Amino acid sequence: MKEFKVTPIRNGTVIDHIQVGMALKVLRIVGVKEDVNSTVSVLMHVPSKRVGWKDIVKIEDRELDPKELDKIALISPNATINIIRDYNVAEKFVVEVPNSVKGIMRCSNPGCITNKNEPVETEFVVESKKPASLRCIYCDRVTTDIAENVV
Amino acid sequence: MSGSFQGMDVVSIRDFSREQIEHVLKIAERMVPIAKGEESSKMLEGKILGSLFYEPSTRTRLSFEAAMARLGGRTLGFDEPKGSSVAKGETLADTIRMVDAYSDAIVLRHPQEGAARLAAHFANNPVLNAGDGAGQHPTQTMLDLFTIKKAKKKIEGNHVVVLGDLKYGRTVHSLSEALAKFGAELTFVAPPTLQMPKEHLKHIEAMGTKPKMSSSLEGAIKDADVLYVTRIQKERFPDPAEYQKVAGMFRIDLAMLKDVKRDMIIMHPLPRVTEIAPEVDATEHAMYFEQAFNGVPVRMALLSLVLGGSK
Repeated sequence: MKEFKVTPIRNGTVIDHIQVGMALKVLRIVGVKEDVNSTVSVLMHVPSKRVGWKDIVKIEDRELDPKELDKIALISPNATINIIRDYNVAEKFVVEVPNSVKGIMRCSNPGCITNKNEPVETEFVVESKKPASLRCIYCDRVTTDIAENVV
Repeated sequence: MSGSFQGMDVVSIRDFSREQIEHVLKIAERMVPIAKGEESSKMLEGKILGSLFYEPSTRTRLSFEAAMARLGGRTLGFDEPKGSSVAKGETLADTIRMVDAYSDAIVLRHPQEGAARLAAHFANNPVLNAGDGAGQHPTQTMLDLFTIKKAKKKIEGNHVVVLGDLKYGRTVHSLSEALAKFGAELTFVAPPTLQMPKEHLKHIEAMGTKPKMSSSLEGAIKDADVLYVTRIQKERFPDPAEYQKVAGMFRIDLAMLKDVKRDMIIMHPLPRVTEIAPEVDATEHAMYFEQAFNGVPVRMALLSLVLGGSK
């Protein structure tokens, strides 16, 4: 008999093929805190035929907005999103790294003007997608440690 | 090229094509007699430059003021934020919006990197970057290029040896990229801990130039056409003895110049401390005071272009 470590969900989102080790960052991105009303399941270090090891996050009764998808794409560019409606996969797609990134990351340069309380959104040009490397349009600093700087 | 500069911001040398830089240098050449006071001009009469210096600066600030005055314009602003609304905690964005309303262009020096790009975002009028932290200082780069072109007739093909603190020195980062854009040959001479950062090397190599790296000056300067010297800052060294050793190795004096090309020029963004001995000032190699003067015609050219006085 097949053993389910986590049961299927009725409605919500399954984020699959998350780069191993990134599940907790994904939780932070989608804003899972104590006050959520539905179940969130996290699987870490799951065997995967495609990539060896992966993480999975299942969020019940919740679909992600485009900004959240962009953030997930930046820290885990191969993640797949499964939108579940009434136990069926209603939509399935691989996240897509955007060409420019606005307001969802802080600049890794502590001397950058965008880290100084100015009324401006950060903005980056995506110089490479896999692995992601982003150049701040203000100070020109290139950030590769995306997970540390996603807000 | 006609009209393409009016209203343009001067934030980073990377925003300029080689043709655009050449155009600025051509206009700067025409400005020299006015900059020297031999001719007078009312090209920017009635125009006001807002001059915001959040950090001390002598040459850059005074040469911008001189440039504006020589073209018949006026300057208002501050040379330190103390006593201005900035000291009360006003954001840069708000200060820029205010000064933008009082003036026709803004020149900004600020300790934070990216400050000029942010100012350009909030200002309707052109913003000229006079140095933002360890970031860009494009008008310095243009006056350096102007100095090389004037002395050597062309920029491409010259062997430029860049010496000193290449890690933190902002002038050498943008200058090296611009020189690579013009096809100059580059050698970087610095103590290993202060060599050119990889990120800048990547940009330079992307333009088709493969710079040489060295930690010894003597070998590198023999066939140099231009020696660009920068200050090595004491505070970068935890051990004062180590600083003394490095500073001594990279000091330019008459003995060091024994075997160099006769027409090699020595440049320095100034201020210098001990890296060029005063005895060098009297030689034909010394170009740094002329370089400092060149800040005026080059800034006149940029101001006249962005304010629509020149085409």
